[in-house]
Amino acid sequence: MLRLPELEVVIADSLVAALTRLAEGRHVRALQGGTDLVANLKTGQTKAQTVVALGPLSELHGIDTSGEMVRIGAGERLVDVAQNAELQELFPALTYALARIASPQIRNAGTLGGNLCLDTRCRFINQSDLWREAMGGCLKSHGHECHVIPGGGGCVAALSADSVPVLMVLGAEVEIARLQDGAVLLRRTRVADLYDTDGLRHVRIADGELLTAVLVPKLPEGARAVYRKWAVRQSIDFPLVSTAVRLDLDRDGKLKQGKVAVGVLGPRPRLIPLDRWVGRPIDETLAQQVAAQVFDRCHPLPNVLYDHEYRRERLRVEVLRAIRTWFTPTAAAN
Amino acid sequence: MTAPSPNHAARAATLVTFQLNGEPVTVAAPPHWTLVEVLRYQLNLTGTKQGCDKGDCGACTVRVDGAPVLACMTLAVLVQGRSVETVEGLGVGGEPHPLQRTFAELGAAQCGFCTPGMLMSASAYLDDLATRDAPTVDAVEISAVLGGNLCRCTGYTKIVQAVAVAAREVVERAQTLAEMSNDEAML
Repeated sequence: MLRLPELEVVIADSLVAALTRLAEGRHVRALQGGTDLVANLKTGQTKAQTVVALGPLSELHGIDTSGEMVRIGAGERLVDVAQNAELQELFPALTYALARIASPQIRNAGTLGGNLCLDTRCRFINQSDLWREAMGGCLKSHGHECHVIPGGGGCVAALSADSVPVLMVLGAEVEIARLQDGAVLLRRTRVADLYDTDGLRHVRIADGELLTAVLVPKLPEGARAVYRKWAVRQSIDFPLVSTAVRLDLDRDGKLKQGKVAVGVLGPRPRLIPLDRWVGRPIDETLAQQVAAQVFDRCHPLPNVLYDHEYRRERLRVEVLRAIRTWFTPTAAAN
Repeated sequence: MTAPSPNHAARAATLVTFQLNGEPVTVAAPPHWTLVEVLRYQLNLTGTKQGCDKGDCGACTVRVDGAPVLACMTLAVLVQGRSVETVEGLGVGGEPHPLQRTFAELGAAQCGFCTPGMLMSASAYLDDLATRDAPTVDAVEISAVLGGNLCRCTGYTKIVQAVAVAAREVVERAQTLAEMSNDEAML
């Protein structure tokens, strides 16, 4: 049995009340579906005295596709976003990625905001308290030494959120709320700028702040994104390779702009612009060159399970397969 | 800005009232207790299994407001006012649920530890199937529906078969009802 430590549970009845409690410090955590936080509290990799349950807050709910920026409440369950017919039409790569997060039970509870704020993962941290202590701890827990990069100065646990690479290539932003003089103040930041290289605190959301919504700009004509995930099992597993490719084509089918986002490297996902291929047709040569570029620029670490050199090679293949969906009708698209 | 933190008060057990298998129940749940702990150790409903306790195995799957969720990841105080169904609530009037019957008939359980979770995931699928316009039974979909439930004994084949047999009964019933309503329309 894995029990939760004793906790204070506050059921927030207003956004102001939630933000007030969250401003007390790192020992107060926001709770949505609980599918990440509860597990991390149980294994002791996250320490908290209080959790603020956000379920009832209407500010965190709703999917609005009427404007140029589609607004998805951070508290929307993954299943509801993934199965939303309008979003499937507008952003099939996003709904495809969300439908592949974990398992049906976790998508029934977990939320989009929760996936964006997913804690970093590492084979040396996602273990029992006893296991971590017995091996002397690491930068993120119990100790002072990194076992992924011996002698390394910073935690390099991986961001394994399936939603993030897709939202990055879609140019999505997040809305973050905080209190100032008793009033709710909102700021916006690009998902591409949301993450830091410090695996101990990789989400750039300060104490007292709360991610309230995700804003996704509608795609212009000729633009499409594809998400590719590789994990050992098709269900439950976090991605071991996670990449999204977006290509915007002009009327002649030539590349107008493009980008590739890659997750499960370190704490910060990588965004690679494809500017040097602008004006080129989308063909096997371009696919091979882009895949080679991604291979050169990305170095998966031995921080999650599976051989990191294989994951690097596999990343090249997944990028290749993603781009082939543009010119091979039989290639699986999403 | 800092609000007082009434930790000692908040950590006392809270009265939580919810619908459990169709009946209202009230329990005094400590705030750090999960739903699986309250079900098993306060309400003595031990059908819901406590497996990995960290969201991997699906043995603790129950339905909250109809949706299969993991009782080990759900704080008990957060089911206030909601509807919870466990494996104990599956059969009606002493009769087993069609899934319980097909699991038994086809030998879809070996050690049986994963079975309650499998049944809860599958029952949500069957209920969903019954609401579709033209339902069909698809083994790939059944595998996806059961994707959050681990079984270390059976190799899944018989579990998928048992769900498929029960699902076909749902589809046949829907077709019979549709034919009957067509006949009535012609009369």
